[in-house]
Amino acid sequence: MRLGILADIHANREAFDACLARLEQENVDRLVFLGDIVGYGADPVYCADRVMAFAQNGAIVVRGNHDQAVLDMREGMNGVAKAAIAWTRTQLDPAQSAYLAGLPLTATLVDILITHANGWAPGDFGYVLTPRDAERSMQATDVHLTLCGHTHVPALYHAAPLRPAQYFRPVNMVPIPLSGRLRWVAVIGAVGQPRAGSPNACCATYDIDQRRLTYLSVPYDVQSAARKVREAGLPDILAERLLKGR
Amino acid sequence: MAKAIARPGEVLDGFTLVEPLHRGGMATLWRVTHPDHTRPLVMKLPLILDGDEAGMIVSFEAEQMIMPRLSGRHVPAFIASNGIAERPYIVMEHVAAQPLTVLVEKAPLPADAIAQVGSAVAMALHDLHRQHVLHLDIKPGNILIRPDGEAVLIDFGLSRHDHLPDILAEETRLPIGTGAYIAPEQVAGLRSDTRSDIFALGVVLYQLTTGKLPFGNPAGGKALRRRFWRDPVPPRAINPTTPHWLQEIILRCLEVMPADRHATAAQLAGALRYPERVALTARAERRQADGWLTVLKRRLRSGKLKFAAPDRVGGRLQEAPLVVAAVDLSESQFELAAALQFTVGRILQISPQARLVCLNVFKTSRLGVDHMLDASGNSIHLQRLIELKDWAHPLGLPEERLSFHVLEAPDPAAAIVQFARINQVDHVVMGARAASPFRRYLGSVSAQVVAEAPCSVTIIRLPERAETEDVASPG
Repeated sequence: MRLGILADIHANREAFDACLARLEQENVDRLVFLGDIVGYGADPVYCADRVMAFAQNGAIVVRGNHDQAVLDMREGMNGVAKAAIAWTRTQLDPAQSAYLAGLPLTATLVDILITHANGWAPGDFGYVLTPRDAERSMQATDVHLTLCGHTHVPALYHAAPLRPAQYFRPVNMVPIPLSGRLRWVAVIGAVGQPRAGSPNACCATYDIDQRRLTYLSVPYDVQSAARKVREAGLPDILAERLLKGR
Repeated sequence: MAKAIARPGEVLDGFTLVEPLHRGGMATLWRVTHPDHTRPLVMKLPLILDGDEAGMIVSFEAEQMIMPRLSGRHVPAFIASNGIAERPYIVMEHVAAQPLTVLVEKAPLPADAIAQVGSAVAMALHDLHRQHVLHLDIKPGNILIRPDGEAVLIDFGLSRHDHLPDILAEETRLPIGTGAYIAPEQVAGLRSDTRSDIFALGVVLYQLTTGKLPFGNPAGGKALRRRFWRDPVPPRAINPTTPHWLQEIILRCLEVMPADRHATAAQLAGALRYPERVALTARAERRQADGWLTVLKRRLRSGKLKFAAPDRVGGRLQEAPLVVAAVDLSESQFELAAALQFTVGRILQISPQARLVCLNVFKTSRLGVDHMLDASGNSIHLQRLIELKDWAHPLGLPEERLSFHVLEAPDPAAAIVQFARINQVDHVVMGARAASPFRRYLGSVSAQVVAEAPCSVTIIRLPERAETEDVASPG
């Protein structure tokens, strides 16, 4: 089975559509959404509706901190994120909000953990930014592979038993065999607000039988997405981030 | 994991085991046959020893990851593999070639023989690096020489693919490599510099030249670190017949800091192929290893050595491209040669590590009645060389980034293409003469180079001049 993996869509319709089209070309059998479907971008209604429709057809969806904040704003969000969530609340209907905030924090598929932020405390939304963070995540679970997002920067970590974790910067379209002898944490990168220095949307495929993970970098209509952010009256920096990919 | 013992006649996934060819420390090699494959095949079966499985498994996995992504004449063709979950094996083409160990046993070899085999191995390495792979265990046993002189690299069990996670990194605390050949930065744990393979090839060249190993055959972290400060005895001190250029090349390969070695394996191959163009430094003159005081100073400073991990392998090779300017020196093409010079200057500005080869092809007649001297008895070859140097002079390139070649060939385009192929040129820049009915019939040199060259080709053309006679006068 081939998974299509999308993280941090952040209400960016143009990026979301481009990634879906790309994953369709890759013949994926099942979609996996790693949370943060809304927040930051100008199309929360469209993105939430599409994800809900995919979920009804078997897609796996977990909750991100922005999805949760639609109903339950906690400490820890910066001013821009808060402003975006406040605006997002005015757009979503109660059913959409309830769906997003009620998503599970984790899901498990065979030997894969699916979560928004990390494996050690999925509800605390701590970032996996270093090999040390990845080790912490590996030690907290016994899965072969953890799929997560949240940092908006693609990264892959692996560790042999009792050895420190190693960082790898993934290369677009190169299939990576994930040895069964090692443990892996794959940070997928963001569909809707990429921060790795390229404006391209990020997503990935994973072939469960062959244990092959492929990161994808997908060009999309960034200008339209940024223009819509400005037209919605969202903070200007959110449009700039899309154009820069930082 | 299955621990079955292989037997002749056994069939594994359609491959019939015929006979064992070699039993090494990590694996056995079997000759195998398969109804779908006509060429000779070998199967590598990793040895599974109780208690020491981790090292074997990880290098088997590395090889299984990397081999399917390699192609070309300098590696065995990959056929099939099976993972460690079941019965692990890799099937590959059986290469009819001799291991370099055979030559090493005959050392010291004559300098021209060393240059020939050395440049063949360097070209094979460059081909590997172009495919984003670092070998990281270059030694005579892992190099095969085909009957035609080309080199084939084998055993990718310690290799690293630049586009894949390094599953060997951090697998053990010990440096990963072979004690006699391992580069200093590899000893320090860095596995991402193509110049580590250049160091190891330098050890092989030293061995072929002197019959000795420059750093002995140490094992263990402390003994391996000795090469950080202890320089090898210069080859000429052991074998006085060693030419200065060969000592220069070998000692440059063996520099402690990667930046002091040749930038790419292609540059090393070029040096071995054209020894007369090697710029000699103090290395060429060295008569003995450094004295104890110098070595002691280096040893005290060795803790501060910093080996920086380069970004991607591909990036390094792209930063140091080999550019060929194919220059037409005929008087009628004066303007075109000037335009070519302008563009080549731009390219060199953008890539400060690029090297330039200025090429002129002297067309010989197919009938073989050629006059290599002009009417006044001057060598035409030499005259072309002078003109070529004059063309390149305004580019202001230092000698080590520049070389000149005058080729004599009946078919200039084929000569340029062949030059590009043999020297693994990255970019050919040349002019195209203006279109004419004559050229339409004969075809142009530049069009043929564009069609056949194994690399990028940039064509310089002068802007067409507006024709005036057809313009109707305004009425």
